[in-house]
Amino acid sequence: MELLTVLLVVIPLICAPITAMIADRRVAWALTLMMCLALAVISAMVLNDVTTGKVIHYELGGWKPPWGIEYVIDSLNALIAVIVAFIALITVIYGRKSAEQEIHDSQIHLFYAAFQLVILGLMGMALTGDIFNLFVFLEISSLASYALIAMGHKRQALVASFNYLIAGTLGATFFLLGIGFLYAASGTLNMADLAARFDDFASMKLVITALLFILIGLALKAAAFPLHSWLPEAYTQAPTMVTVLLASTSTKVAVYVLIRMLYQVFPQAYWEEMLLPGFLMLSGCLGMLYGSYKALCQVSIKRLLAYSSVAQLGYMIVGIGLNNEAGLTAAIVHMFNHAVTKAALFMAAGMVLMRLHTTSLDKLRGAGKTMPWTTGAFALAGLSLIGVPGTAGFISKWYLVQGALAQGNYLVAGSILGASILAIMYVWKIIETLYFDGSDKLHVHKVGSGKQIVADLPVATACCYLMVFACFYFGLYTSIPLEAAQTAVQAMMGNGGAQ
Amino acid sequence: MTPSTLLLATMLVPLAGALLIPMFSARPNIRDAVSVITATVLFVIVCALYQQADSPASLVLAEPLSGLQIAFSVNYFGVLFALIASSLWIVTTLYAIGYMRAHHERNQTRFYTLFAIAIACVMAIAFAENLLTLFLFYEILTVGTYPLVAHAGTSEARAGARKYLLILMGSSIAFFLPAIIIVYLQAGTLSFSEAGVMAGNMESIYIAPLMLLFLLGISKAGIMPLHRWLPSAMVAPTPVSALLHAVAVVKAGVFTLLKVVLFIMGPDVIAQAINSQYLLLLPMATIILASLVAMTRDNLKERLAYSTISQLSYIVLGALMVNQAALVGATLHIAMHAFAKITLFFAAGAILVATHKTRVSELNGLAKSMPVTFMCFAIGAMSIIGIPFFGGMWSKWYLVSGAAAFEGATWLGWALSITLMLSTLLNIWYLLTIPVNAWFKTAPANEPASGEAPLPCLIAMIIPCVICIYLFFQPDIFLQLAHTIVGGDNT
Repeated sequence: MELLTVLLVVIPLICAPITAMIADRRVAWALTLMMCLALAVISAMVLNDVTTGKVIHYELGGWKPPWGIEYVIDSLNALIAVIVAFIALITVIYGRKSAEQEIHDSQIHLFYAAFQLVILGLMGMALTGDIFNLFVFLEISSLASYALIAMGHKRQALVASFNYLIAGTLGATFFLLGIGFLYAASGTLNMADLAARFDDFASMKLVITALLFILIGLALKAAAFPLHSWLPEAYTQAPTMVTVLLASTSTKVAVYVLIRMLYQVFPQAYWEEMLLPGFLMLSGCLGMLYGSYKALCQVSIKRLLAYSSVAQLGYMIVGIGLNNEAGLTAAIVHMFNHAVTKAALFMAAGMVLMRLHTTSLDKLRGAGKTMPWTTGAFALAGLSLIGVPGTAGFISKWYLVQGALAQGNYLVAGSILGASILAIMYVWKIIETLYFDGSDKLHVHKVGSGKQIVADLPVATACCYLMVFACFYFGLYTSIPLEAAQTAVQAMMGNGGAQ
Repeated sequence: MTPSTLLLATMLVPLAGALLIPMFSARPNIRDAVSVITATVLFVIVCALYQQADSPASLVLAEPLSGLQIAFSVNYFGVLFALIASSLWIVTTLYAIGYMRAHHERNQTRFYTLFAIAIACVMAIAFAENLLTLFLFYEILTVGTYPLVAHAGTSEARAGARKYLLILMGSSIAFFLPAIIIVYLQAGTLSFSEAGVMAGNMESIYIAPLMLLFLLGISKAGIMPLHRWLPSAMVAPTPVSALLHAVAVVKAGVFTLLKVVLFIMGPDVIAQAINSQYLLLLPMATIILASLVAMTRDNLKERLAYSTISQLSYIVLGALMVNQAALVGATLHIAMHAFAKITLFFAAGAILVATHKTRVSELNGLAKSMPVTFMCFAIGAMSIIGIPFFGGMWSKWYLVSGAAAFEGATWLGWALSITLMLSTLLNIWYLLTIPVNAWFKTAPANEPASGEAPLPCLIAMIIPCVICIYLFFQPDIFLQLAHTIVGGDNT
């Protein structure tokens, strides 16, 4: 099992350069598929192994920590690895047609190579137990995603990618400086070692500076309000496959790192007396309300969903800020549930884009009649986004509100519910336009007969419906994400930091 | 069949109907036959369940949160609600066949399918074992009936449907969900149990605010100020208004509220909480205000909608008075009002189909050409008012004796009695004037004579009418059930 875990990082590391050298789109795709399949199988095995509370340690190159780099897998990052691997797998199956449509043939193998590098970076961030190693993987995934976003077929993609590059680099720099301060204070980069010896250097002013730098860096990567401004454009302009992958995984991994830092590097007792929990809650609540409100104002479905992502990230940040068991469980479960829900929604949006070459709502009036399956997926996954009971979204909302009420924080509970009501409104905006507005075909260009094109996308539709099914399955049978989250929360809350 | 099989069948039969109906969309006769057969089978099943209502059978579907199950169980109250809904489903289907064809409605298959799904939800609500399950199907009922409200697809229908969805779902997420979570945090369980789960689990001062959350959150019960969805929903075809917005959906609301009062909060707990009696002001205001608004409405269906809002608050009022008689009255009123109000809606639809008239002011003298319709309307109206020889009298009887036995502040006791009295007078004014004018005023001179509505409509209209009268002489079925439901506690 120890060896398997390192394969999660090694496989994409080997695959990516090979893919970059193969100039055949089919082989490149097949290779990516095989890689994702392998990752999915391994990550599922690892998760199954660690939900019991066991922790897997792997020492890279046999060097003993804290000197060598160590990979530590507990139920929290195993869950993240499962999210990344499975979403990537389904995205690759889903996206073959869309990638061929959106990416030029001469670049497509590079596209897949960059795609694999993103997965590599996210996996590495999730699994490593060394903060500098974490920074390296963060940069790998970020650099690859800048390239991927720039491949979007509109020219605005370049601007979006550039904006993301600036913001992302700022974030990475903050993070790196934070790590540097922490290293200067402690002389170690190993997370467990940092946590174990934290009391020795906790009194230094440098440590609190390090915490703030790391937090700001991560908040930028996680697009936490008000540092979210790069996200909507990047998600809107990126190629469909990239949007699905990034929206479901990359910000979640950043949130995961935030949780890891706050609970297992800096001890909970160190920061909970500060303004920090309140500040996280404030940022989360504002993010929820602002993101939902902005989503309501959008005309493009993709941008609407992107703003909704900002809002949903707010839920996770609030969960962390609540700093109690229910809140943290909600944050972790919501990572999983939101990944599934948003993947389904962006997949549906991608199919609209593929068939009608637009996601602008004012050109999609009455599309429900010509694309019943796609719009059906929208409606169903939309219910999960709102958090209607019986869907995955409800489970996380339940824990989150429970966490807020347990703390007597009615303002937070109110914001969560208010944002849910805004969610009804923006999901409904889509549904109503697609189903109940009279159709006006005139605006839609380059459309063949609608029914014939949908026949060309059976695989994509099936993938989309797989995610839709998952939205409902994980609303009723919650054992996988919930057990992992609860084991993780117990480990983190139970013994105040030490692994 | 064992009770648990029957329990499962109550939900699966309408679902099976919903699957079969679209298969015959090209052959309307078979499709409508399937609807009627499904409805009849469901009614038989519920009757069989009525025989075994004391069995402790239950059914667990899933356990999404540890300790919280999606589960169903047989209970008397559920049987009462299921009996009403399933019997009226048969009648409504019959009516809808006449109405939808005569009115040349489009998308009839979608209509019948969603109707069956809505009934399946109602069954699931009736037999929910805990508040979480109930909440789940409460929300599905909202989502599932939304397309029925937007059925016409006109901008008016869409605006109405939007309001419908936003108020119902918004209030349930904003108030109902936190209330459920508070109950769960305080009591550690959401299962419905005798005498409630809150006793000893919450300080008495917080009982009334929590109950207020429930009152606002369960907006299907139509309590002001969250009642606006019901008049908006009247843009739907008349059979929808009749079954869903006079029986299934709104009764699901008051059913949920009664469930909460009886089996979550516990009548004793509410009665002992010193400030909870002031909650009565909310349904009292709704009764009077809705009646007053109803008087100003010229659109017949809208007037009936406000009358429904006012009548629903009788049930809420009965629930919040928390004494034996009032609770029996509230439970009984669910049944009595259902049969009477559906008659009124059927009559309104019949008038629309036969003459295309929707306004009260156009109905003068119309009874000459539609005597059966207006006879039925008069009977339904008198049953709602609570005049003897009609079933509605019994529920009013128990509600008034409940008000007389009210144990809170004296002025509030008086206010209750006066409210009930006043609203009866208002009922007479805004409901009974309609058939009276139709019978005794003369029609405009240039009016072309129109006949009665199609035969299925007439038959469907007469059946609940007869039941209204029958229930005056034989209220035992529902009365016994009501006593059994309430009887468990000695308030």
